[in-house]
Amino acid sequence: MPPSRIQNMIRRTEAIMVQKEPEPRSVNTGMDHVSFREFAMRLCRACIVVLLLVFAFASSYGTAHAESFDEALAHFTADDFDETITGINEIVASGNPRAEPIIRALKDGHLMFSAEKKAVYIQDDSGKLTDAATGQPITGDAPADVDTVRLSNRVRGSIDAALGGLTLLSSDPAKRMSAAEAVFKSRDASVLPTLEAAIAKEQDASVKRVLLQARAAITLSSDTASDADKLAAVEIIGNRGDQDALGLLSSLPSNSSPAVAEAAAAAVAAIQKRLILWDTVQNAWYGLSLGSVLLLAAIGLAITFGVMGVINMAHGEMVMIGAYVTFVVQDTIRDSYPRLFDYSLAIAIPLAFVVAGCVGILVERTIIRFLYGRPLETLLATWGLSLILQQAVRTMFGPNNREVGNPSFMSGAFDLGGITITYNRLWIICFALAVFVALLGLLRYTRFGLEMRAVTQNRPMAASMGIRTARIDALTFGLGSGIAGMAGVALSQIDNVSPNLGQGYIIDSFMVVVFGGVGNLWGTLVGSFLLGIANKFLEPVAGAVLGKIAILVLIILFIQKRPRGMFALKGRAVEA
Amino acid sequence: MYRDRTTTKASRWLATAAGLALTVLATVSAKAQDTIKVGILHSLSGTMAISETTLKDVVLMLIDEQNKKGGLLGKKLEAVVVDPASNWPLFAEKARELIDKDKVSVVFGCWTSVSRKSVLPVFKELNSVLFYPVQFEGEEGERNVFYTGAAPNQQAIPAVDYLMSADGGSVKRWVLEGTDYVYPRTTNKVLEAYLKQKGVADADIMINYTPFGFSDWQTEVSKIKAFGSAGKKTAVVSTVNGDANVPFYKELGNQGIKATDIPVMAFSVGEEELAGLDTKPLVGHLAAWNYFESIKTPANEAFIKEWHDFTKNPKRTTNDPMEAHYIGFNMWVQAVQKAGTTDPDKVIAALPGIKQANLTGGISEMLPNHYITKPVFIGEIRGDGQFNVVWKTKGLVPGDAWSPYLPGSKDLVADWVKLKCGNYNTVTKTCGGS
Repeated sequence: MPPSRIQNMIRRTEAIMVQKEPEPRSVNTGMDHVSFREFAMRLCRACIVVLLLVFAFASSYGTAHAESFDEALAHFTADDFDETITGINEIVASGNPRAEPIIRALKDGHLMFSAEKKAVYIQDDSGKLTDAATGQPITGDAPADVDTVRLSNRVRGSIDAALGGLTLLSSDPAKRMSAAEAVFKSRDASVLPTLEAAIAKEQDASVKRVLLQARAAITLSSDTASDADKLAAVEIIGNRGDQDALGLLSSLPSNSSPAVAEAAAAAVAAIQKRLILWDTVQNAWYGLSLGSVLLLAAIGLAITFGVMGVINMAHGEMVMIGAYVTFVVQDTIRDSYPRLFDYSLAIAIPLAFVVAGCVGILVERTIIRFLYGRPLETLLATWGLSLILQQAVRTMFGPNNREVGNPSFMSGAFDLGGITITYNRLWIICFALAVFVALLGLLRYTRFGLEMRAVTQNRPMAASMGIRTARIDALTFGLGSGIAGMAGVALSQIDNVSPNLGQGYIIDSFMVVVFGGVGNLWGTLVGSFLLGIANKFLEPVAGAVLGKIAILVLIILFIQKRPRGMFALKGRAVEA
Repeated sequence: MYRDRTTTKASRWLATAAGLALTVLATVSAKAQDTIKVGILHSLSGTMAISETTLKDVVLMLIDEQNKKGGLLGKKLEAVVVDPASNWPLFAEKARELIDKDKVSVVFGCWTSVSRKSVLPVFKELNSVLFYPVQFEGEEGERNVFYTGAAPNQQAIPAVDYLMSADGGSVKRWVLEGTDYVYPRTTNKVLEAYLKQKGVADADIMINYTPFGFSDWQTEVSKIKAFGSAGKKTAVVSTVNGDANVPFYKELGNQGIKATDIPVMAFSVGEEELAGLDTKPLVGHLAAWNYFESIKTPANEAFIKEWHDFTKNPKRTTNDPMEAHYIGFNMWVQAVQKAGTTDPDKVIAALPGIKQANLTGGISEMLPNHYITKPVFIGEIRGDGQFNVVWKTKGLVPGDAWSPYLPGSKDLVADWVKLKCGNYNTVTKTCGGS
């Protein structure tokens, strides 16, 4: 029974009472004026009214609950954001156990409605519909006009707040944690009783801390809380110490008492001081991360340009080829072996090395070997080659970006003190260092490395010792290109996979190699990390555009002073 | 000498080749007399190929369709496709080639503003007609150009209005994030003036620019995060262009900035850009356009079906500039029919006032300032890379050639019907000329 009908019933009984209003006065005047029979009848009637009311309530209570729930659900069929929000609030208020699955489905975009049938369904991953109110599968065909209940950011805000209130008492600590965070954000005073219950019950210390913070947030934004409570709340929030806390403390209601405002201002100042410190750490981290990207892009070039002296403008395109290999690998895996997706990068890395390396060897054999010692021609030829490779990829894969996914271990982030560290950046730093170490090992401890060093240091002597210099040239160029291909696998995780991918890295790569010192791998390592960190400390001050310009100017000045870069190669090889 | 002999040989070859080319040309022009030529000036290689290739295909499709309906003025339409290769000076050369050599009656083309600026003198000098289909910064009113993309007041201003409304989250603090070139800079200037007029304090506006193809967004995104933690609802208005968007959104997702906390309203991110992206972390971020593929109207469904049939690819998306070409092309067809000729002067005179149904259920009209009326939609990114329309303007918005919010242009109007001027100053009552 809807509440309106119960209200009507009460109104009607009240009307009966009012009708009889003049008579009670006569009751007061004394028994003798009124016959006992009349009094008994009135008493009887009153009893009947009371009984009727009690009965009406008793009989309707169960259905009233169910019906208000159905009515709340009906709001979802209106296809209107205001109605949807009303629906969320009413469903939460109904206390029905179906509330959580329904709101969760709404959040995930699985709540469907049919305007024609005025019905609401939950769709599972396989596309099957179940009745939202009962949780039972629907009988017969789905209605033709089934559509998703649409969301907007305002609706999503209501969903988060509602879910927060609903899952505060969940048995899963992770759910309780996110519920507490949601309440912290929504500061919805109506969940306060549930919150108190949750705090009393909570065993997990970290969840409890967030629960207390949520309660403090509600206290701070309420008008009725006492100053003592608010001061305690300011302290709790101040201890949280992150940007959310800063936002909350700097937007206190304007009617707060001076003591509270003062405490909040002091807490804000303390947080800001702490954040400045963390900002420096964060900039350094971003610098390391940018440095690792630069190192990856440049390390292949450190071989082809640094060691062999070939100005290879098509270096960026080798990176791009590596990225496209990743795309092809992931595409095949998605189609045929979806379970292997997390290993896609492990498969792509050697494959990218081989493919890019082969392209490199082919380029060396067909173009570059005729141009040794003619840097200008090499520059033009490889630049033309870069255009050819770009357009070839564009013709083969189309001009649009290709989607390369992050495997699960590379998605997301974790907090370390006051900074957020994203997994993909962390892995890329590790990967860059691993490639660097492997390359160093290859050059120092293998026969190929030895021959390579011999050829670069003194070609005629190496040739007279029986080293096939032409073959070493081809292999060295292939090695540089192959490493660029592996870099492409890593870069596909943070950048677009498009035919233009390589262009963005070619200038940076040359910058790093020249700055670090041509022909020196350690120079490339130090150079890339130095440039990365310098860039990231300049960027917040000067902006991204000016920051980059400033870095270029600094490098030009540095090269004026030390034309051979930071770690200049000494000896006869340089003069040759 | 050896070298000389090769030169003579080469020149003889050249002469033969030229002769051959001339013969071919002659045959082509003999055949061309019973066709009307339509020029397509979109980059098919280079950086802009990602966006412009689609527009070339859509004009080819529209021409094909018109020919199936019996052509125009009893003649078949013939497409002339050139590739300016994302190279701005080459745009001007190719435009000259189209008009002078190929004798096209109309050109559909350009994407970036700099390419449009580069071809303007050519179109003026040779007196031809250009249809420009992309949203841009406005501040232009040329006689030879018809702007079927959105002016700032048909995209940026309504988008900001939406964010300020209760539905958009009553945003109080603004980050204007853009790529460093003319469109974002001008649009942000317009927006800054508009926001200040609406009472937003200087401290609540942050303007950031990044270079083209920027890929390391860590610092920028954490700056946005810090700016958004001042206790006021914050939103990002993004004029970040092209490829830089993908790492930008990836970084937003990585640093856990959700649309419910800080929504990003983009002016250059459409269905095409999202195609290369895992959109799940982006759900709820916004884009303002005059067309979305997901809008359900019979005209749009027919258009999408035809597009899939034409490209033989049921996954190809449609987007806003494609609709602009659809409207522009059909307006041009109507104008030619009305004028009874493809003569540029007569077509330019016939175009203002032409009405054409757009794909979202309204009727767009070519205005005297050579802009058109358009509806404005705010769409939310969905998990499948499409958009959900969450808001739209009541009725169609006429495009302003000159922004009323900028001090330099607030007194200017463009009117090619009554005033015959593209930059008439309403205060001094004079035409600025060009």
